[in-house]
Amino acid sequence: MKQKWLWSLIAILGAVALTGAYLTKDKQQTINLNAVGSTALQPMVEAAGESFQRDTPGAYVNVQGGGSGTGLAQVQSGAVDMGMADMFAEEKKGIQAQKLTDHKVAVIGIAPILNPNVGVKNLTTQQLVDIFTKKITNWQQVGGANQAIVLVNRVNGSGTRATFEKYGLDGHFSAEGQEQDSSGTARSIVSSTPGAISYVAFSYLDDKQVLVPKVNGVQATDQNVMNGSYPIWAYEHIYTKGTESSVLQKFLRYLDSDEVQRKLVPQLGYISPHDMQVQRDVDGRTTPVK
Amino acid sequence: MDEIQEALTKTSKATKKDRFGRSVSLLALILILAVVISIFWFVASKGLATFFKNHVSLWSFLTGTKWAPGQVDAHGKPLVGAAPMIVGSFLVTFLSALIATPFAVGTAVFMTEISPKRGAKILQPVTELLVGIPSVVYGFVGLTVVVPAMRHLFGGSGFGVLAGSMVLFVMILPTVTSMTVDTLRAVPKRYREAALALGATRWQMIYKVILRAATPGILTAIVFGMARAFGEALAVQMVVGNAALMPHNLMSPSATLTSILTQGIGNTVMGSLENNALWSLALILLLMSLVFNLVIRAIGKKGAM
Amino acid sequence: MNAKQVDKIATGILYTIAGFVILVLLALLGYILVQGVPNLSWHFLTAPAEAFSAGGGIGIQLFNSFYLLILTMVISFPIALGAGIYLNEYANQKSKVIEVIRTMIEILSSLPSVVVGLFGFLLFVVQLKLGFSLLSGAIALTFFNLPLLTRSVEESLRTIPNLQREAGSALGLSRFETIGHVILPAALPSIMTGVVLSAGRVFGEAAALIYTAGQSAPALNFADWNPFNATSPLNVMRPAETLAVHIWKINSEGIMPDAAAVSAGASAVLVIAVLLFNFCARYFSKVLYRQLTSSK
Repeated sequence: MKQKWLWSLIAILGAVALTGAYLTKDKQQTINLNAVGSTALQPMVEAAGESFQRDTPGAYVNVQGGGSGTGLAQVQSGAVDMGMADMFAEEKKGIQAQKLTDHKVAVIGIAPILNPNVGVKNLTTQQLVDIFTKKITNWQQVGGANQAIVLVNRVNGSGTRATFEKYGLDGHFSAEGQEQDSSGTARSIVSSTPGAISYVAFSYLDDKQVLVPKVNGVQATDQNVMNGSYPIWAYEHIYTKGTESSVLQKFLRYLDSDEVQRKLVPQLGYISPHDMQVQRDVDGRTTPVK
Repeated sequence: MDEIQEALTKTSKATKKDRFGRSVSLLALILILAVVISIFWFVASKGLATFFKNHVSLWSFLTGTKWAPGQVDAHGKPLVGAAPMIVGSFLVTFLSALIATPFAVGTAVFMTEISPKRGAKILQPVTELLVGIPSVVYGFVGLTVVVPAMRHLFGGSGFGVLAGSMVLFVMILPTVTSMTVDTLRAVPKRYREAALALGATRWQMIYKVILRAATPGILTAIVFGMARAFGEALAVQMVVGNAALMPHNLMSPSATLTSILTQGIGNTVMGSLENNALWSLALILLLMSLVFNLVIRAIGKKGAM
Repeated sequence: MNAKQVDKIATGILYTIAGFVILVLLALLGYILVQGVPNLSWHFLTAPAEAFSAGGGIGIQLFNSFYLLILTMVISFPIALGAGIYLNEYANQKSKVIEVIRTMIEILSSLPSVVVGLFGFLLFVVQLKLGFSLLSGAIALTFFNLPLLTRSVEESLRTIPNLQREAGSALGLSRFETIGHVILPAALPSIMTGVVLSAGRVFGEAAALIYTAGQSAPALNFADWNPFNATSPLNVMRPAETLAVHIWKINSEGIMPDAAAVSAGASAVLVIAVLLFNFCARYFSKVLYRQLTSSK
């Protein structure tokens, strides 16, 4: 019986504490902004969200990964406010792109990476195509070491792979090979596997671990992406649906502001769309910015 | 008199309590059941959509060898052949069980028959600890230790069925070992005493009596380990190579059902064929674990006879 | 070769196998600890994580892991206990229905956790509008945890000899009272082992949480313990990245310069936490067992 008393006391105390907590909670109304999608874009939106929250009391930016497909599907169904994607919504099957509004928040450059023992300094688009369609199977054939080529692809459907196939392989589909779903893993596999080749975003390039060949004689640098001479790049998109709330509009404006585009974007290894001297549409047509 | 009659005919307090306990525990069971059924229904409805909504034939799904959802073949049919993954999954599962079995059984025999004290002191805690290591960590150890080792020993890239099996071997070893230990402990003491009284050596006792008596339990442990290996995703994915190709040999990169499922699911759009095809893989996983369970049950029944 | 020699050889082989297994397991543990422990510091354990610069810690993730574990256990343990009791004590063991139910529960336990995670995502996060939150994560983990826990409760109860139950009945106790006062206390140590093992799995689980509890860890205000405030550590509606998810994330997409060190350190912390958890649970269950059964 003693125990019963004790338990009831604990229950009553718990209930009182909870009610008290509820009554004394912060009066401020919080507005949640949810973003879901591309893991490549996640750190940037997260960091921007944190500083946005400091300036906008009551706003709360909640950023989650999950992949571009998930992001687009969720923003289309209205479950989240922002869908982050590595590709144009039109490129994803099952998405009605005309109902979504596109916001290009960054440009991402993608470069082929090689295991250092390969010793190849330059690859032409044709060579890349031959390598990834398995017409060439030894690095000797492109002037490198006598070493079998090991393809490390990214997952079918990922933005990085789509971009690389479209602009790096001239629209050719890569042959079946190993697949990895993350940039970090792809890089560590390439750095530890003799003869391996893969491709990652510029932010993952690390001279100590991997070799970055020139593509058609052009170095993979931000500068060359901006002036249009380096072809393998894509926009990072944030998609919204329908009318945007005032807080959402404010956040999107903040993402486009100099504070984010000048400081955060380069810090994360992205390129600001403001710096681009060329632009691209859904079909891959590249035109100079007026 | 009336008081006694009343006390006897009325439901006693204890009975009421018992009914209460019974209903509460039944409620808990029903809750779990609801969860299980809803997940089954969920996976089945999504997984079957590939066949009913997207009209992929079941046969071509199970036997097709080209996996490229989103692309179509010459006849305009989507390329969703799951055979490479099915073969890959089975290969790594059987191979890891094959490697793990002698080690697990040997260790379990050591822990129960030869040195119970040391077994309990060192092996038990270590085994239980290993269960808590996240599979990502297993994967990374595999990537930095196992894959280069395979490359040096057998050539090739190092990624492949063998590397996946090695990682799974370490992952299922604790499970299989501890379950085998339980079975061996359950063998009645009198069996041991009888064998020794007949003049058997310790090994004869172990080999001819204990292991025979414990065979169904050991088999259950192995199948249980295989079921875990079959469903493991993150660790295998890092070392198996993830190439949706029929494995030519143990060193060629291949893929498992889980690795393709985990990697692809975030990059596809809910409701599209690409997505449904992945859910069909999940459905296969579900059915396979059903098969594993039926096997365990069948073994258990045989052992009980 | 006579039987004695065979015995000696076989014993030798068994020693070798056991030694090899211990070696493999210890090497694995040692590898994780040696790689990780040098990175540990008070700062690392308490500081929030950094997305793209060095010097981040795992403070919030560590707290999230423990809090999520407690939430999951609070939800799943009573359900598993009830179901385990029903299956072993009340249910008709020969019934076909019970057998089907058991099979179904076991199938759930070998389902890949990513499927459970996606199910949780579609049902709780999207349909029930719980959002990416600790609550969604805890329920998803409950789904993932229930089959294992139920199974271990049931097995623990089964090892209690029927003599105990008969003794209870002979004393005039109802079945419920027998379970509460005799069976459960006797089964406690082995139930506890099951809880510890499943807690270890929950602690290290990543795939089921990526889509439910989320993979971001917003800053927390550790001075605010009101569970209804957005930045309070106790708020169950906030997104919460756990340690295992953090390790997964930095390994796959981390761009901070010290990603390898953070990942190694976090893995070591995870292993040490599971170790501590094992010891504590064992100690408490021993104490509790002594008190409840008044045995030595």
